[in-house]
Amino acid sequence: MNNFSVSVSSSTGSVPPVAMPDAPAKVTARGLNFYYGEHHALKNINLVLGANRVTAFIGPSGCGKSTLLRIFNRMYDLYPDQKATGQLMLDQTNVLDPKLDLNLLRARVGMVFQKPTPFPMTIYENIAFGIRLYEKISKSEMDGRVEKALRGGALWNEVKDKLNASGLSLSGGQQQRLCIARTVAVRPEVILFDEPCSALDPISTAKIEELIQELAEDYTIAIVTHNMQQAARVSDKTAFMYLGELIEFDDTNKIFTSPSDRRTQDYITGRFG
Amino acid sequence: MASEHTAKAFDSDLQELTRLVAEMGGLAERMITESVDALIRRDIALGKRVVASDANIDRLQHLIEERAVLTIARRQPMAVDLREIVGAMRVATDLERIGDLAKNMGKRVAALENDFQPLKLIRGLEHMTDLVQSQVKSVLDAYAAHDLPAAMAVWKGDEEVDAICTSLFRELLTYMMEDPRNISFCIHLMFCAKNIERIGDHATNIAETVFYMIEGQQMLDKRPKGDMTTFATTVPGN
Repeated sequence: MNNFSVSVSSSTGSVPPVAMPDAPAKVTARGLNFYYGEHHALKNINLVLGANRVTAFIGPSGCGKSTLLRIFNRMYDLYPDQKATGQLMLDQTNVLDPKLDLNLLRARVGMVFQKPTPFPMTIYENIAFGIRLYEKISKSEMDGRVEKALRGGALWNEVKDKLNASGLSLSGGQQQRLCIARTVAVRPEVILFDEPCSALDPISTAKIEELIQELAEDYTIAIVTHNMQQAARVSDKTAFMYLGELIEFDDTNKIFTSPSDRRTQDYITGRFG
Repeated sequence: MASEHTAKAFDSDLQELTRLVAEMGGLAERMITESVDALIRRDIALGKRVVASDANIDRLQHLIEERAVLTIARRQPMAVDLREIVGAMRVATDLERIGDLAKNMGKRVAALENDFQPLKLIRGLEHMTDLVQSQVKSVLDAYAAHDLPAAMAVWKGDEEVDAICTSLFRELLTYMMEDPRNISFCIHLMFCAKNIERIGDHATNIAETVFYMIEGQQMLDKRPKGDMTTFATTVPGN
């Protein structure tokens, strides 16, 4: 009675150490570890962010997903006692190389934070400020770049008539899009989003989500989110992390309909803890 | 089933859905038994009761769909929970169709006024009904218990039902050729046999749904088919 056979592969089985995406690799982590002083926060992370793909990181608070994101652009360098070991490559660049020019790295790997962080200056200057750090260009060129960036941040139509207004005068959702525009302005290769919508209303959230998908045409995107539906909506690949380990990394469609690991399933279905 | 949700109300939503499907399954099983009983005993009153009880099955199906949609809207279920809810909706659709087929047999009882009672045919129909009845029962048990091997046994076991249906068809053809007065009766009986065979197909659909709920993938294999009525013919003088 039990000798049935069906031609589908078993959904169980071990997760391969490095799940290869179908896009060419943009960021590759191998045996990546991270320490806050004595605390071993990330344990032997192996994963590949595919170029022009959106990769979502999910997991309970304290699982290490934001920590991982902060390694991608060496944010942790700002703090003593924090160190990463193993290998992290951005194309052919070793991100963990101590001699690496961090300003150049952060131009290549931009970041958008949970709370909008516009500079206390005009909308125009919020964008132009970052560009000036890396490039010397004429006023007319700068105007073009600012417009392009604001269009890239899906904000141009709302602010084109008040470019000299303060960035802080914008609504929360607009401020967040301004931050995205600011990130896009310096033409990065990778954009990191650390819970970009958690302080926003549903309409602003929808706008940012749509923007993220558009941005994936030009950039490689990593997003940390607590909102599972958001991860399911915007990402191509999803990584589930727990207690500093990468538990499962697979196609988003697979993770949210039929994950391989029991812990992933318990987390995304709200059975954790 | 997996452990409890942090939101306990979600668990009771899911349990309620499963309970409603079980209730609907019980009704469908009873309708199959009663419709065939009515047919064999020519019990027109029982036939009418079967026809009337179809409304209950329809009502349950609507209720299940409504609850499922509400649960999806409220909880945004993922993975195993999402499959559980989609599964409940699919099974309810199959059970509703089973109800329709039984109702159709109930309606035919009144049309079978002929004294013609070929015992062999009736036995064949009874045997087929027993088989299908146990398939439906097993698959509903497998659904409730999330028992994949049991569901797959049902999925594989439909072949015999198909084979009996084909042989009944051949037999009915010979009765019709013997005496044209048998034709009306035989055609009604053939429709009933086909209905029972279709009920068996719905049982295998439910088995496929159980597979999907547990494995998270659609079944890709082709089911073994034994229903040859599409090709069965009688050659005159054969």
